[in-house]
Amino acid sequence: MSLMSRDIEVGAEADVSGVALSQQNDPEAVSFELLLEGIKRRWGYDFTHYSRASLKRRLDQARRDAGYERYTELLDRLLHDDAFFDHFLKYMSITVTEMFRDPAFYRVVRERVVPILKTFPFVKIWHAGCATGEEVYSLAIILHEEGFLDRATIYATDFNKQSLDVAQRGVYPVAHLDQHAANYRSSGGTRPFSDYFSSAYGLAKIKNVLKERVTFSYHNLVTDGVFGEMNVIFCRNVLIYFDKTLQNRAFELFTNSLRHGGFLCLGTKETLNFSSVKRHYEQIEGRCKIFKKCGTGDV
Amino acid sequence: MFEAVAIGVSAGGLRALRSVLGPLPESFRLPIAIVQHIEANSDDYLAEYLGSLSSIRVKEAEDKEAMEGGTAYLAPAGYHLLVEPDRTFSLSVDDKVNYCRPSIDLLFESAADAFGATLVGIVLTGANGDGSKGLRHIKGRGGYAIVQDPATAEAPYMPRTAAAGVAADRIVPLEEIPKLLVQLAQVTRQ
Ligand SMILES: C[S@@+](CC[C@H](N)C(=O)[O-])C[C@H]1O[C@@H](n2cnc3c(N)ncnc32)[C@H](O)[C@@H]1O
Repeated sequence: MSLMSRDIEVGAEADVSGVALSQQNDPEAVSFELLLEGIKRRWGYDFTHYSRASLKRRLDQARRDAGYERYTELLDRLLHDDAFFDHFLKYMSITVTEMFRDPAFYRVVRERVVPILKTFPFVKIWHAGCATGEEVYSLAIILHEEGFLDRATIYATDFNKQSLDVAQRGVYPVAHLDQHAANYRSSGGTRPFSDYFSSAYGLAKIKNVLKERVTFSYHNLVTDGVFGEMNVIFCRNVLIYFDKTLQNRAFELFTNSLRHGGFLCLGTKETLNFSSVKRHYEQIEGRCKIFKKCGTGDV
Repeated sequence: MFEAVAIGVSAGGLRALRSVLGPLPESFRLPIAIVQHIEANSDDYLAEYLGSLSSIRVKEAEDKEAMEGGTAYLAPAGYHLLVEPDRTFSLSVDDKVNYCRPSIDLLFESAADAFGATLVGIVLTGANGDGSKGLRHIKGRGGYAIVQDPATAEAPYMPRTAAAGVAADRIVPLEEIPKLLVQLAQVTRQ
């Protein structure tokens, strides 16, 4: 029986401790580490604490598309070709996003968070890892409908300059609007969604009134510092790309950037329950990952 | 000696997963990572349901969670599920692969990189081609490939495509998979 013949074969090759050992010095593992180290030293982008599995997938894609067999060939090109590095960076940033992604989350923002914000004369909000801006304008729409947008300043940051350009322009394919409108309605939105855009030639441009309170800028969560005195921080679907060490760095950064009583809003499948800052927060609602900062001090 | 199981399943998955997980004994010692194609905004009902009729633990996989033996982990709706080299899970919202997120190929490829020859990969019922490439990758790393006999699949396309793309170690009727897994879990070093 094939199972049995295979048993012997597997038995012969499956020395587990051997696997772990060989992985440390096999050529592929070594060249992978060298690649990350080279990018970091040459360009200041540090990917060493990104989740390995999807990082490897993206680096493999970049390597194959450039026609290289080996990571060391890719590294050589990256060290010496500035234009190629800009091109390469696109592979390293996942920009997949939507307006009102996770409608249930935006409903809680509207019903539970905004009423508290309204007790302040003025609030500051930070979207970290805002990608192409859809999430930022979703919040702007809610604040606008709640008559509160002119009392808010929204800082939206990312480390992908091309995404920031798109976000700044606020122009999206009309073809995406149906999905966005459906999300908007299931998040509790009741107005005609198309009112927020002017459309022409297959493109939809977000209305200026939603952009006036928003500032887009470059910020790298791995290397850059605190963004002060925020009432709310959104960082959604960014931390899943980081390992635990880097997640904790980001959590500390957020905690030090958040006012007492401020809110940290994470993606639906992200949590700070396993983080070093957990004791500074309480979750405001069962399912949505919205955490209120309760502790006083910084970390 | 096998250390983990990865399962990919699509249309017809509810019944198929029930038939695979249901009969596994409480003592089953391997972790099982599962991608079942599912609507993006679904909740974690599937994990609860399967857990209620299995002796092993069934839960939705969480980001950076360590894989534990005797537990079946389901990819959350709308997220790719990947296995890290240190055998924890990562989630991602990368583009869809084969029109799917979660994608079976992504789980299989990352799990094969993490577990090498100690991984068992299984393709069950489904109506698309996701999983074939991943199963080839599992074989390429020396792992063990099982395909559900398409004749016993609610949707035969996915297992048929997988079987055509790789020399599977076993092509078996659905009902025999739990027994086979128990046998494989008991394989020890010679
Ligand atoms: C999947 S998108 C999430 C977009 C949006 N927040 C959402 O949930 O829809 C991830 C974003 O994180 C950004 N990102 C990744 N690493 C970063 C870093 N070190 N610093 C700042 N932004 C980063 C990427 O450029 C990308 O725009």
